[in-house]
Parts: sequence; structure tokens; C-alpha cells
Amino acid sequence: MTTLDSSKEIQKNNSEVNETHEDFRMFGLITFLIADGMTFAGFFAAYLTYKAVNPLPDGAIYELELPIPTLNTILLLVSSATFHKAGKALLKDKNSDSQKWLFFTAFLGILFLICQLFEYFHLPFGLTDNLFASTFYALTGFHGLHVTLGTLMILIIAWQSRINGGRLTSQNMFPLEAVELYWHFVDGIWVILFIILYLL
Amino acid sequence: MTISIDPQKTNNESLQPKGWLRYFSFSLDHKVIGIQYLVCGFLFYLIGGTLASAIRIELASPMSDFMPRDVYNQVLTLHGTIMIFLWIVPVVNGAFGNYLIPFYVGARDMAFPRLNAVAFWLIPPSGLMLVASYFVDGAAQAGWTAYPPLSITTPQSGQIIWILSVLLLGGSSIFGGINFIATIIKLRRPGLKLMQLPMYCWAMLGTSLLVVLSTPVLAGTLILLSFDIIANTGFFNPVLGGNVVVYQHLFWFYSHPAVYIMVLPAFGLVSEILPVHARKPLFGYTTMVFSIMGIVVLGLVVWAHHMFTSGTPPWMRLFFTIATAFIAVPTGIKFFNWVATLWGGKISINSAMLFSCGFIINFVFGGITGVALAQVPFDIHVHDTYFVVAHFHYIVYGGTVFIIFSSIYHWFPKVTGKMLNEKLGILHFIITFIGFNLCFAPQHWLGLNGMPRRVAEYDPQFQFVNQISSLGALLMAISTIPFLINVFLSVRNGKDAGDNPWNALTPEWLTSSPPPVENWEGEAPLVEEPYGYGKEISEQK
Repeated sequence: MTTLDSSKEIQKNNSEVNETHEDFRMFGLITFLIADGMTFAGFFAAYLTYKAVNPLPDGAIYELELPIPTLNTILLLVSSATFHKAGKALLKDKNSDSQKWLFFTAFLGILFLICQLFEYFHLPFGLTDNLFASTFYALTGFHGLHVTLGTLMILIIAWQSRINGGRLTSQNMFPLEAVELYWHFVDGIWVILFIILYLL
Repeated sequence: MTISIDPQKTNNESLQPKGWLRYFSFSLDHKVIGIQYLVCGFLFYLIGGTLASAIRIELASPMSDFMPRDVYNQVLTLHGTIMIFLWIVPVVNGAFGNYLIPFYVGARDMAFPRLNAVAFWLIPPSGLMLVASYFVDGAAQAGWTAYPPLSITTPQSGQIIWILSVLLLGGSSIFGGINFIATIIKLRRPGLKLMQLPMYCWAMLGTSLLVVLSTPVLAGTLILLSFDIIANTGFFNPVLGGNVVVYQHLFWFYSHPAVYIMVLPAFGLVSEILPVHARKPLFGYTTMVFSIMGIVVLGLVVWAHHMFTSGTPPWMRLFFTIATAFIAVPTGIKFFNWVATLWGGKISINSAMLFSCGFIINFVFGGITGVALAQVPFDIHVHDTYFVVAHFHYIVYGGTVFIIFSSIYHWFPKVTGKMLNEKLGILHFIITFIGFNLCFAPQHWLGLNGMPRRVAEYDPQFQFVNQISSLGALLMAISTIPFLINVFLSVRNGKDAGDNPWNALTPEWLTSSPPPVENWEGEAPLVEEPYGYGKEISEQK
């Protein structure tokens, strides 16, 4: 099996050159979010097609109450702003401020999820009642999964931004920037979802 | 912001196993991962090939006598799924992409080595799970398309395992696509311009764009399908008010681009192989690049030509027929560019060249039947018949698999430092080429005469032609034997290849064979003319 072995060449390999390259982790994340966005685009396309061509059975309820989702939209929009504040604070080396803003953002995320569950429990239809109900739960559920993951990630970076021994500093902003971009993405998806599902 | 690479730290050499053991490890070396993809894919190819043989044995007689009908359905589903998701897509993207792209962009590894290893290691478990589902409670029976309501009404456990496994494979494919895009766009060696990249980079860039844009849609669709199966929702179940055509739209939004995901990398690979063995520059580099990008854009807007019999409205038929016919233009440009590359070249008739020429012949035939199938009046006549089976096997086997073999003959000396035996290689080509055409050319006739696909039994009048087809399948199965003998003998006792046996100019040949762990001693070479053949040596330098 030695013919497939290139390890004998390792030792003298470029140990004297120390190379640098651009940080392209953000580029990779953006590509991933485009892919993730396409999943939502598929769901939205399916929902809009159903709305156009598939009549619901008589007596099906497809009107939704607006107060809770409007509150949720505001919660997410505010949380995007507070996340931005956290980044600004970290850039100025105010780690404890940054941590406060992060915890507040996570709190808003959790509040969003609680409101979402509250809405679920008070809706007059269940998952399998009709096509509208199924698509409603699939879309909001898939989005809620994203919010849950985002909230967990915010809690993790909030822990990492602690003053003594935290990895997150103004020199190492990437974790915060990555989660922030993801959070804005989830927020943007919610706005589209809110318009398509509740307003249209 | 820049990241400095400390060679001592990034290599993790002391932590990685040496020798053959590293092929079973979570290695971060793009060359090891490439070989892992190739060997893993080839093992699944053998499984999928065995299933294909079972199908052809069954179809040698008009009655369902070799296996029960539901087993036949499972076999054809597994055959399609394994060949597409576990052999062609991982090998033509993952294997050659991982091995070659870092060389071509002048990098030491892929942009995200860990993600790369994760992407590979998703494949063996999901593949094994898929194969194992046959032995547990019966595999999925709804074909690789898993159309509802069939996929909802057939036994559930096999279908759910199928969905899970395709979701994991799709995830692997997306991770790979992200990695390729980042590597080609961001990791290029300083001074290397995009229009100087070897054609395979462009093909992989186009393919990865398709992967990133369309695979997630399939993932979402399969999640909805699994809800229909497990939770009794009605997304695609007409009984509960759902809509099966929505599934077909979403499915083909991925699965038509998937055809290009399978065949665009092969276009790239053949564009690397032909200039080397014809000693001529690749004809029409710029038109090649634009036609790849044209195929990417058009490939995303032609999916409904798979659904002309699904009650599609007339405007949709018209639009998708015209869009599909347009794809023939960039594809035709590429075909003529390859022929022009060969024209007047100093052609060496070796296994790599023969398989590439076989590709050109088969692919143009598959392309012609493809344009024919896109025409609504014709498609309605042959929809779901053996004509379609013949067409897509001409694309994926006659096209892509021929190129996979061609690439193995071309790059084997690079990977191992040994030459493959040319006599066995040419024997392999002859048996494959005859077997393939004997197997699939008669199926056009069968389809035109109305033999439906995916059915274990058929009208006895078709028996003779089916037996010819089965004879071809037998030859294809036999053709694997000289190939395997060749590889096993040559890995140990092959003729020493030297660093550059083909005198090729693309960057991977400018290092030792097999290449060292970080690809180059010292700085990566700047290759401005990867196809500068036929010039005086002094001009090349």
C-alpha cells in the first residue's frame, strides 16, 4: 500500500513559508444562508400555489388573528437592533455592555418563541385539519426552528463574551458577526413570512 | 481581516494517521478526501450495478419470474437512488473536485477542510442506511422520484429511510458546493485570473451554484413528504385536499438541475483530458465559460419539461419547451469546441482518450433524444416509456460514467505515481462501449413502441429486443472485471509514471506524483496558460 502513500514527502514541505489568506468564513456563511433561503423559497412557492389552485373545504378557518404575530414582528425587529448594539459595544471593547445586549436579544428571541407557542395553542385548527393549517404550521414551525437555533447561538456567544477568559473580543469578532448575520436573515424571513401568511 | 496560517498548526500531521489508514480517518487533506469519495462511490457503483443486473435479468422474460413485483420496485428504486446520489454526484463532484480544484486554483487545501471532511463522512452512513432498509422492512418502492401518492401509499418505513438518507446526502452535497464556491472565488493564488482557470473550475463553479440554489428546495419538499407519511398531513395527498403536482414542481426544480450537477463536471473533466491527449489548446475557452454559465441559468428554468403529462397548462408547456430547446445551444457550442480541439491534433489513442471520445459520441446521441423529449407532442407519446430510460442512461452512463473512467485513466498516475495498463484499459473501453450501446440503443425502439418503464412485466412481443438489451447489460457487468484487475495490479506493480507522464501543463502535474501533503514544495506555480500546447518550449516558459 506504500504506492498510495504520500506521507514520506511531508517533512520538508514549506515549513519556512508562513502564508496568509483572506478570511472567507463570512463568504461561506452567506453562501449557506442563500441555500437556506432557497428552502424557504420552496415552502413559500408551495404555499402560494396551494392558495391559488387548491380550494379549502367548506367551513375551513383560514383567517388569522393579527395582534400576536404583529407583536412577534416587532420583537424580532427590535432584537435585530439590539444585536447590532451588542456588536457596536464589542467593537469599542465594552464587553460587559455587549454581553448585556446579547442577553437582551436572546430574551427577545425566547419571548418570540413563547408568543409563537401561545398562538399555536389558541388557534382554532390543528396540523392535519386542512391544507392551509398544514402549510401554516410547516412554515412557522420551520422558521421557529431557525429562531430556536439562533437563540441558542446567541446564548453561546453571550457566554463567550464574558470578561474573564471569553473568546469573543474586539479582535475576534467573527462569531458575533456570523450569528448576527444569521439573526438578521431569520428576521428577514419572518417579515416575508408575516406578509405572505398573515397579511395576504 | 486576514488569517495567518502556521504550517505547524494547520497540518495536524502528528494527529493524522499515516499510510492507508488515513483513508479511513477524518482526514482534512483534500486529496485523501477526494480518494475517499472515489472509492466509496465506486463501491456503491458496484452495488447499484448488481441491482441493474437484477433488473435486466428480470426483464429478459416478459413475466415477473426472477423476483416478486414489489421486490422489483424496491430494486429499481435503490438502483436509481444509489447510482445518482451515491455514485455519480459524489464522484464527479466530490472526488475529482476535491482532488483537482485546490491544485487548479493554486491552493494547499479546500477553503473549509473540516466542512469538507464532514461532507464526505455523511455519505457512507446514509448510503449504508439506504441499502440496509432493503433487509429490514423492505426498501422504498416509489422510484428515485418518490412521487406521491405512490410514495405515501407504499410501505412507510422504507420510504422514510429513503427520505432521511437523501436528506443527508443533499446536506453533504450543499456543504461540498459551499466549499467549492469559496475555494474557486476566494482561495485563488494571487495573480491567477478567473479567465486563466482550467475549465473544470468553471464547471465546478457552475455546478456548485446549482447545488446551492436547488438542493435546499428538494430538502424542504422531502420534509413535507415525510410529514405526509408520518403525521398524516395532506400536502401532496389529494384525498386530504393536497396537490401532487406541487410535489412534482418542487422535486424537478432540484432534479432537473441535478442532471447538470451530474453532467457539467463531466464537461469540465473532458475539457481537461482532450487538450492533453490531442496536444492542442482547448478550442474556444471563452465560449466554453459562457456556455457553462448559460447552462446554469437555463438549467434552473426548464424543470417542467418532465411534467408535460401532469396537466400542465399550455403556456407552461410552450415556455418550458422553448427554454429547453435553448439549452441545446450552449451544449452544442461545447460539443463543437471539443471536436475542434481534436481537429488536427496529435491524438494519442489511449484509454483516457478513447473513453472521452466515447463520451462525445454517446452524449451527442443522448442530447439529441433530449431535445426530442422536450417537444410536447413527442413527449406525450413516449412519456414514462423505455425511450426516457434510454435517453437518460445515454446522458448519465454514456456521458458522465464514461468520463469518470476516462478521468481515472488520466489521473491515476497523478494519484499513485504508477501507470495503468493500457491494453487492459482499451479492452475495458471496448467492452463498455459495445455493452453500453447494445444495452441502451434498443430501448429507444422499445419506448417508441410503447413499453412502459418501471414495470416488471411486459408484452411478449418485446422479448427479443429486451434480451438483446440484457446481453448488453451482461457485457457492461463483465467490463468491470478488466478495470478492477487493472487497478489492483497497477497500484502495486504498475510502471513508474514519473511526475508528469502526459507532459500536461495544468497545475496538478507540476508537482510530484503522488503529490506531497500540502501540494507544493514552496510556493504554488502560476499557470497562466493551462492549455498552451503545441507551442515551442521557450514560448511556454
